[in-house]
Amino acid sequence: MPAPSSKPTTPKVRTHPLGDSALLAELGTRLDTALNTRAIALAAALQKRRDVRQAIAGYASVTVHFDPDQTTYDSLTTAIKRLATKRPPMAEPGRLHRIPVTYDGPDIEAVAKQLNRTPTQIAEIHTRPIYRVFLVGFVPGWAYLGPLPEELELPRRHVPRTQVPAGSVAIAGRQTGIYPLPSPGGWHLIGRTPVKLFLPDSDPPCLFRAGDRVKFFAQ
Amino acid sequence: MSEKLNETLRQKLKVRRPGLFTTIQDLGRPHAVTSGVPPGGAMDRFAHRAANLLVANDEAAATLECTLNGPELIALESCLVAIAGADFDPRVNGRPLQMWEGTFLHEGDELTFAGRRSGARAYIAIAGGVAGDRWLGSLATYMLAARGGMHGRQLQAGDVIAAAGTPRAPAISGRQLAYNLRPDYGNHTLHAIPGPHIRRLGGAGRQELFGAPFKVSKDADRMGYRLEGRGLDVSGDELLSFGLAAGAIQVPRSGQPILLMADHQTAGGYPVVATVAGAAMPVAAQLVPGDELTFAEVGIEAALRMRKAQRAALDSLIS
Repeated sequence: MPAPSSKPTTPKVRTHPLGDSALLAELGTRLDTALNTRAIALAAALQKRRDVRQAIAGYASVTVHFDPDQTTYDSLTTAIKRLATKRPPMAEPGRLHRIPVTYDGPDIEAVAKQLNRTPTQIAEIHTRPIYRVFLVGFVPGWAYLGPLPEELELPRRHVPRTQVPAGSVAIAGRQTGIYPLPSPGGWHLIGRTPVKLFLPDSDPPCLFRAGDRVKFFAQ
Repeated sequence: MSEKLNETLRQKLKVRRPGLFTTIQDLGRPHAVTSGVPPGGAMDRFAHRAANLLVANDEAAATLECTLNGPELIALESCLVAIAGADFDPRVNGRPLQMWEGTFLHEGDELTFAGRRSGARAYIAIAGGVAGDRWLGSLATYMLAARGGMHGRQLQAGDVIAAAGTPRAPAISGRQLAYNLRPDYGNHTLHAIPGPHIRRLGGAGRQELFGAPFKVSKDADRMGYRLEGRGLDVSGDELLSFGLAAGAIQVPRSGQPILLMADHQTAGGYPVVATVAGAAMPVAAQLVPGDELTFAEVGIEAALRMRKAQRAALDSLIS
């Protein structure tokens, strides 16, 4: 995963076809809060267009599903480049979620050993930052949170687990996240939370939204 | 909130045997991807739409998606049905039933399937549309969340299929999709548009992608198909996760591509080297493990012409 950076972002956009009725607009290639803010603002602006069916912000990109009867890849690219030169509106601080965690995950000892720390220190470092929700996606309710402090940076597990329990709090690279559903997973499991991330009977059916902030606390 | 099946709806068909994997599907919930919920819906949208139009339904009405074999259904009252997509040799009271054509079932008639002749997914439409639980704006069954369709699950013996409403035009049997307008499911050439990370393949890799045969592995379901080939080398830095689309051809480190289908993961960080054209997705939806396929490079313009031709074929059914 590229290192996070706080350098100012330039509004240069590159678009690529994603089939005949979708495109990927890339704002950059770095894990960067400012880039992500731009991506979320661009997605929100595009979502208002009638020729856009769905605009989904990624870490530093927007995936745009469009109606090919109403627009073309080229004219949408032009519109995106114009939109991207505008300064995004002052982003409102996202909602703050406080998430209780019991730091007794099956990997906490191994993670502590690899990083020359104690499990208590791992919990202390993990609960220190207010994380940003960069992206909601992959599976229902999953949110990519970050940046994780450098002291906790580890590559993914060599062999992914075939089944990770829902509620597992995990780290990998400069990211952290919570498994919303039982699923396979390659991240290091350091804790668990009783908080439900996937809310199938709510609309939207997930607790976190892109741009929200998340603070973990040990319980 | 999900709307539970209304008991007052007209009960049309009783499920005697459910088939291997039969689910209620419609055109999915595309807006749900921002919550990580796959867009879902019918894998073969052409067959789904055609089956609906043959019974004078709206194209977005729900149908039964039958996988690899069909169910056994008993008509509880007379109803107009149409079957499109894969050929599982459909029968009414043992006699062959024409596919791609609206047919009346009378009370007590048995709709069965003698066995798979070709394809992976057949669609059964009933006049008025199949009723089911609505979740996030769609009746499509999503098993992982146990929501949508028949209480979020595949059909079981004893289930009753009800009609959701009345068709938008009088039910007339005998409406038929002209033979030459039906998809050529036997031609496994999938037209695909070069994607965001095509350059990672290099010249030789690009030739390999567009030309070499791939085989659909056993790991093939509504989420996607793992393909087997000689292997594609996608070197380069790890990517930041981005939003995906059905038809995207992802290449993980193993070099064996994954073709994303209707219930695909909504975001990911593997390189996307190409995306199958919308008009080629019906053929993709009809592939079974072991089938060989090739990707043919195509530009956006040509892909849109193929899309228009399919639209015209469907429009031939709208009177």
